[in-house]
Amino acid sequence: MADYQTFEHDVLVIGSGGAGLRAAIEASATGVSVGLVCKCLLGKAHTVMAEGGIAAALANVDDRDNWKVHFADTMRGGQYVNNWRMAELHAREAPARVRELEAWGAVFDRTPDGRILQRNFGGHKYPRLAHVGDRTGLEMLRTLQDHGVHQGIDVHMECTILTLLKEGDRVVGAFGYEREKGTFRVYRAKAVVLATGGIGRAFKITSNSWDCTGDGHSLAYHAGAELIDMEFVQFHPTGMVWPPSVCGILVTEGVRGEGGVLRNSEGKRFMFGDIPENYRSQTADNEEEGWRYTQGDRDARRPPELLTRDHVARCIVREIKEGRGSPHGGVFLDISWIRKKLSNASEHIKRKLPSMYHQFKQLANIDITAEAMEVGPTTHYIMGGIRVDADTQMSRLPGLFAAGECAAGINGANRLGGNSLSDLLVFGKRAGEYAAQFSRENKTGVVNPGQIEETVSEALESFNRGSKGSAADGNPYEIQYELQRFMQDLVGIVRKETEMTEAIDRITELWIRSKSVAAHGNRQYNPAWHTALDLRSLLTVSEAITVSALNRKESRGGHYRDDYPQKDPALGKLNVVVWKGRDGTIQVRHEPLPEMPDELKGIIEEMK
Amino acid sequence: MKTATFRIWRGNSEGGLLRDYTTEVSEGMVVLDAVHQIQSKQAPDLACRWNCKAGKCGSCSAEINGAPRLMCMTRLNDLPLDKPVTIEPMKAFPLIRDLVTNVSWNYEVKKRIKKFKPRRPDVSDGTWRMLQPDIDRVQEFRKCIECFLCQDVCHVLRDHRKHDEFIGPRFFVHAAGLEMHPLDTEERSQELRTSFGIGYCNITKCCTNVCPEEIKITDNAIIPLKERVVDDAYDPIRKLIRRFTNGD
Repeated sequence: MADYQTFEHDVLVIGSGGAGLRAAIEASATGVSVGLVCKCLLGKAHTVMAEGGIAAALANVDDRDNWKVHFADTMRGGQYVNNWRMAELHAREAPARVRELEAWGAVFDRTPDGRILQRNFGGHKYPRLAHVGDRTGLEMLRTLQDHGVHQGIDVHMECTILTLLKEGDRVVGAFGYEREKGTFRVYRAKAVVLATGGIGRAFKITSNSWDCTGDGHSLAYHAGAELIDMEFVQFHPTGMVWPPSVCGILVTEGVRGEGGVLRNSEGKRFMFGDIPENYRSQTADNEEEGWRYTQGDRDARRPPELLTRDHVARCIVREIKEGRGSPHGGVFLDISWIRKKLSNASEHIKRKLPSMYHQFKQLANIDITAEAMEVGPTTHYIMGGIRVDADTQMSRLPGLFAAGECAAGINGANRLGGNSLSDLLVFGKRAGEYAAQFSRENKTGVVNPGQIEETVSEALESFNRGSKGSAADGNPYEIQYELQRFMQDLVGIVRKETEMTEAIDRITELWIRSKSVAAHGNRQYNPAWHTALDLRSLLTVSEAITVSALNRKESRGGHYRDDYPQKDPALGKLNVVVWKGRDGTIQVRHEPLPEMPDELKGIIEEMK
Repeated sequence: MKTATFRIWRGNSEGGLLRDYTTEVSEGMVVLDAVHQIQSKQAPDLACRWNCKAGKCGSCSAEINGAPRLMCMTRLNDLPLDKPVTIEPMKAFPLIRDLVTNVSWNYEVKKRIKKFKPRRPDVSDGTWRMLQPDIDRVQEFRKCIECFLCQDVCHVLRDHRKHDEFIGPRFFVHAAGLEMHPLDTEERSQELRTSFGIGYCNITKCCTNVCPEEIKITDNAIIPLKERVVDDAYDPIRKLIRRFTNGD
């Protein structure tokens, strides 16, 4: 018999970023008992890294804004393969979720008349992002954390979930280990919410934290839920490129929102040369107008640097490939030029972008108030994820809910900056609410001891190999690095059939090698063991991404195919769905988008 | 390629030792990169806590050449590499293993501080009005990434082990962020004086010196809180005036 400790909650939330905390708070507020499992320490989740702001049509800065404009912007940004209902709920409910944060103690930057200030961001028609300098994510996460800890939520820090426990189709709990001693834990729950965030660690160059290994995607997939839109990975246009050790760290879009411009090695603002047709009427055609927009001129149109992330990232790649890049393989992002426009530019930059100033000063010895930064695309976000019901956030497995980045639907083919933080709040709340409701309507399920035994023996295999010192002594770090390298090269910003087929072969090979990795020493806080266990998630999401990407034979949003560079209107009417077949292999199908009501179609037409 | 030696604490609560690892170093590397390199090639079970590697989550706190710092924000070219770079766990907290300490005490302390309690909304739509200059100070406190380096360096905790009587600089910053929040109406000065032990702080500013977010912990948080606590305890009229004017 495996040795483990058992915990029981009405609702178990897995993941302690913005979505998980918001779900836990909501469920707990309804009176049910809530457990919150954090892979890291509480308050360290990747949400702290979000910089620019939370998108919500508060209309504090521009009174022309409302939920309809936000909805239309989100659908346009997502190239219309978004789940319309999620986009609608998100646009309608985001303002209330932001105001609620203020009531819980968040301190947003202010307008001159004392309201929450909003800033410009790519793809948003009006200044819409509530923010705190460039550390909005930290403000949001800390506010939720400090509010949540007073609500009697049971927090399980530094615990990793290895499998979801099932009774028939229903999810009745989760099984995992805590890091400090390496002991196993059973969490029994009437409802489970996955809020595990992203998958950035499947790629070499990423803005994502250590723990963004796609655990929720993988847990849901192996439990029998469906994943959709997995081909849509967002490569943020501006990550640091130098020095090598910090390559991938995010440079907020806020830099461009505050007037920063992109230039190539010839000093040219190359974004003016490539403005997509569907954004032309909204985009400035000269530098002066672009500058006026960033300074709040309501009659000016946005500069092309603030086009959607997928497009800006591809333009940067083109400049680099065609030999007009910066010395370390990026392009130049310059905010220092605004000193020609503002007398107090240096102070202004430090106040608006304090973490960017420090990040470059400390890590690259660059003073962004005086010189240009070097930037290039970095793996940032996955639009795809667990398929859920738009209103309740429940997956096709009863009792299993998902919210935030690990759930899919709202963002379509490309997410607009600022929409992730509002997504976390809106759908975190909904997941918590409906999970609590499910837990009141259902009894605690029965846990299958066989499933636990199996998971334990799989989890400890690497130690058995380590103690025997067998020839197949694989290094888990090496396998992880290898996966990251080829996913970056073969399934990155620009994709093609031959390379992705190669990626599939190499994933298959790594699946085999992952079964021979060895861990040495004991189970107490053993990172080699954790890395070995994370491989399953990383390989699962890598496979799902690659299979989905092979399947969408067109270019749309975050998914760009060199062999199919155009959009295909027929493919624009469907989602790619993957799931685990009975034989254990990945299955894929196309599915038509849900039909949008005429009222919403009308809104989209009106805003075009 | 250039190499450097890192002298890293290996062990758990039962004991351990400093062990030397030599690894290659390249331009722009930070201490955490070196630890990862050693982990992947020489010491796979070397325990180290980290998350964002961008100075934003506050997970990788350690003592580098004796100084409390974030490993991810300490560049190797700021350190003398002609002798070994010592990396040790924080000393104010119980050791779990290698570079990882048990910081759970901090989470318990925070629960004891009364939460934010806003005044009634200023406007009928449920919102408030605050001016930027009135929140600048609070925003400074809210930059805290909870790396607990200030707790680690504070001699009241580190040397005198007053964990039961003193909440430490991090939580004075937290309390100051609540007390100076323009909307907050809660009362915390009595416990600051008694169970939170603000009197133990003798303003040596060690905490301010190690803060990676450059929060002026002593000058902007602790000293004003000390004044407020004294006023509230010994000058009730000033306390009344302050409550009436609802600000500092």
